Amino acid sequence: MNPLAPIGCTVLGFLAAAGRLVLFAAMAVMHCILPPWYPRLVLRQILEIGYFSLPVVGLTAVFTGMVLALQSYTGFSRFEAESAIAGIVVLSVTRELGPVLAGLMVAGRVGAAIAAELGTMRVTEQIDALTTLSTNPFKYLVAPRVIAATLTLPILVAIADIIGVLGGYIVSIGKLGFNPTVYLHSTFDILEPMDVISGLVKAAVFGFLIALMGCYHGYHSQRGAQGVGTATTYAVVSGSILILTFNYIVTEIFFSV
Amino acid sequence: MSQDTPKISVTGLRKSFGSKTILDGIDFEVAQGESLVIIGGSGSGKSVTIKCVLGLIRPDEGTILIDGKDAVGLRGRERDALMKKFGMLFQGGALFDSLPVWENVAFGLIQGHGVSRSQAYAQAIENLAMVGLKEDVADLLPAELSGGMMKRVALARAIATKPEIIFFDEPTTGLDPIMGDVINDLIVHVREEMGVSTVSITHDMASVRKIADKVAMLYGRKLVWMGPVEEIDNSGNPYVDQFIHGRAEGPIQMDVRRP
Repeated sequence: MNPLAPIGCTVLGFLAAAGRLVLFAAMAVMHCILPPWYPRLVLRQILEIGYFSLPVVGLTAVFTGMVLALQSYTGFSRFEAESAIAGIVVLSVTRELGPVLAGLMVAGRVGAAIAAELGTMRVTEQIDALTTLSTNPFKYLVAPRVIAATLTLPILVAIADIIGVLGGYIVSIGKLGFNPTVYLHSTFDILEPMDVISGLVKAAVFGFLIALMGCYHGYHSQRGAQGVGTATTYAVVSGSILILTFNYIVTEIFFSV
Repeated sequence: MSQDTPKISVTGLRKSFGSKTILDGIDFEVAQGESLVIIGGSGSGKSVTIKCVLGLIRPDEGTILIDGKDAVGLRGRERDALMKKFGMLFQGGALFDSLPVWENVAFGLIQGHGVSRSQAYAQAIENLAMVGLKEDVADLLPAELSGGMMKRVALARAIATKPEIIFFDEPTTGLDPIMGDVINDLIVHVREEMGVSTVSITHDMASVRKIADKVAMLYGRKLVWMGPVEEIDNSGNPYVDQFIHGRAEGPIQMDVRRP
């Protein structure tokens, strides 16, 4: 057997999978743009994806902000640069940790739920049933989820930003003995609109990716409980990896601007 | 369109998944108001056949004419228009479990035909009555229904849009014999009432004798026999004989290792 054959097979398989995913994404975007739309379903998904993710995202943000203040104090006190902590906390949270951690948490919560729901619908022929009832599954199932996730993730991240900064504030004031007025002043002094905007753009990209991966793996789920389980795992893993990849790409784009 | 044009006409239908050939040249016709039942063992390609006709699976080769018009590879509006002629009863019911019973039944009316919700509700209740269900099930969720009720709701959903052709995928599988007979009676009743053509797949012989005008047997990727239901007991075809009598011995060999 040709020793190069397995390498070729793997590469071809990867390229084919990438092609299928891109075609799926293009179809999803097309059906998001073209009517008919289902505003009721979009609202329901906004509630499902956005509102019910608030506790998870809020808790992640508050503890991240708190630990960030504590850790940067450990480092910065060695250079007697404690005054930089407020800036470090707000920049890290808005530019990086807010969107990425919220994205990863939502990928776990929502990506898995979408894949499991669509996977079960595929396995029980509900997706075929939609087609026989003159309803396009892309419009009815995929588009509302993609639209809702892309719209709500920036809102979730904006809330996470505020809660994260608050977490840093609580630790800095309560434990590290900072002056509240000075801390808040230096927080807002260093913050620029672009810091927040770049984080929110990231969030929208992540929302799109999370819903897309959930829908893609659920839609193509194999038969049986195991098929749905595998689809769910893939949705979370590939969603998380794409979030980290696109985090770098979007950061790079904003960095060059 | 003349009265003689068959509702469905399939010629040379071929379909493979990867290297595995499922269907290798299937031909059949279904006339207006006729009931064709396709029998065959599990995994013989019955489901694939009707999913090809429905357009859920794209065949590799062959033509499918619906009312004399080519149906393979239709897209967009033409596909939508064609889909409105079809109704389908799925094996497991395939009810949308996030929607109450009445919205399931009215789904095609609301989404496909643009009927208002209040009007669709009234029509859903009428359709539920047609399959012998009362209004009090209308607000239940599919998870709260028994197997027989689920099949009846699915039947109500399949007929709600007044289709011209209805497909039944193993309508009696998983039901007790009495409920199975109730479903068979309902299918016959619906067909007489609405004058539709039907294509069913099943391996339940009681169901075949009750609902079929014409029977086709699928084995080894081809149709090995087709004829009126009255001739099924004297078909002279060894495959059909073995199947209708449910014998393990015969020309049909199952992939079972013998001890």
